Amino acid sequence: MEYKITFNHYQQGLAEGKFIGVKCTSCDAILFPPGALCRECGHTGLEPIELKGEGRIRTFTVVRVAPEGKTPPYVVAMAELDEGPWAMGNLIGINPEEADMSLIGKSVKFGSHEVKGDTYSSDDTRVLTFTLQAS
Amino acid sequence: MREVAILGVAMTKFGVSEKTNLEMFAEAGLEAIAQSNLEPKDMEALFFGNCLGDFEEGQMHMAPFAHAELGLPISAPATRFESACATATVAIRHAALLVGAGVYDVVIAGGTERATKMGTPLATRTFAMACQAQYECGAGITFPGAFAMATHMYAHKYDIPLKNLKEDMANVAVKNHAHGSMNPKAHFQKKITTETVLGGMMVADPLQLFDCCPFSDGASALVIAEAGKAKDLIKNPVFFAGMGQASNGPLYLQKDLTRIRAREASVAQAYKQAGIGPEDIDVIELHDCFTIAEILALEGLGIYDFGTAHDGAAKGETALNGNKVVVNPSGGLKSKGHPIGATGAAQVTEIVEQLREESGPRQVDGARIGLVDTLGGDFGTICNLILRS
Repeated sequence: MEYKITFNHYQQGLAEGKFIGVKCTSCDAILFPPGALCRECGHTGLEPIELKGEGRIRTFTVVRVAPEGKTPPYVVAMAELDEGPWAMGNLIGINPEEADMSLIGKSVKFGSHEVKGDTYSSDDTRVLTFTLQAS
Repeated sequence: MREVAILGVAMTKFGVSEKTNLEMFAEAGLEAIAQSNLEPKDMEALFFGNCLGDFEEGQMHMAPFAHAELGLPISAPATRFESACATATVAIRHAALLVGAGVYDVVIAGGTERATKMGTPLATRTFAMACQAQYECGAGITFPGAFAMATHMYAHKYDIPLKNLKEDMANVAVKNHAHGSMNPKAHFQKKITTETVLGGMMVADPLQLFDCCPFSDGASALVIAEAGKAKDLIKNPVFFAGMGQASNGPLYLQKDLTRIRAREASVAQAYKQAGIGPEDIDVIELHDCFTIAEILALEGLGIYDFGTAHDGAAKGETALNGNKVVVNPSGGLKSKGHPIGATGAAQVTEIVEQLREESGPRQVDGARIGLVDTLGGDFGTICNLILRS
């Protein structure tokens, strides 16, 4: 078994503004973030696929007590891509004080921003961002 | 599988401790062994729970040192278990499985944690290490944050105004603090009101300080033996009737955070093995790390239909004087405290004492069957134990 799209491939994609997942060659299910095998049917035949990076907010929170090294408040959200998979990221471009239940279901555009590594995870990484789309 | 029983059970007072992880564990472990009318040399193995000793005390590989602290024989292997907040329950389940399989006759299991030593920023960082590091941690998700996202999803899914849901959740905290006020081992032993909960500082919207359990220090341990041997040693052993454990992946694969599929799979295993259903349970210690967590657990365990436990919680139905199964008579994680490596063993300790009718003012009348429910990580691990007198 060869790992088709690794975390490093995914990271490289984000740096280029691409959202790289994998598509099952057996049942067409899409996995994003990528993984070793299809979560729907267990097939290991996967092909890289670039996703559009558009979706909807499914839930969110405003973190006010943050882990060491993070500066609150900031919004963490889960969004469902139009292609089906869900992903976690930061909802940006809004005032955290205005984050409320009306966010759920709103359309967002995916992006990414760099998060500095810390003592325990030394690598800087790119993390998904979500930006509200004008409706 | 052979029938397996619990003999002695013990826990330190939970709260802020000046004692080391090993000192706390030795206090609980030696008391559990003494209660069992046994000696340390009689233990054939140690199933040891600890999550964050590396960060709390710079101590990795704590199991053999816990073994030495208890004075166990060199022939008894000591193994560390780590399943985030479900650590000790998972250790206990594996101890019971190996006793049931005939590998050992008498073992000790439990856990210890000294979370307050880290302070809140480092503790929050290290707890978040139980989130998926590559694809989720970087967003700055925290444990309250994960349950906060589940809360918003619950309100949206069942079309409950968030304000109403938060009032219902506040009643979970009020109930568990009322129970904990009767528990001399609890971290917090004071009653609170819904105003206390709804007036607290915001931790992760919509969860406020009193929606959250504390970081705590503490240890708990119990002796597990083959049932025949247990009956020879003490007059009131408690028996394992059913066990379950199941695993979930990262939140992005779980998607619907109101349905913790690992819990549904785990408790189904336990009910099946015990040959009973949720209606047969007299008392439950479940994983109320946050107020919403108790509501999700009540539904996942089959005590309430999905989308309805918030209403039952608001009415106090699961309180000691309620009209349904009593939930978290110890005060739960919320009030008793949550030293994560020890929590599951303390839940078992409460259920065993309830089934032995040793719980004093918080005794559940006529409790014969009890359920333990422990959740680890961001819903990644669930372990359930059904115990009977």
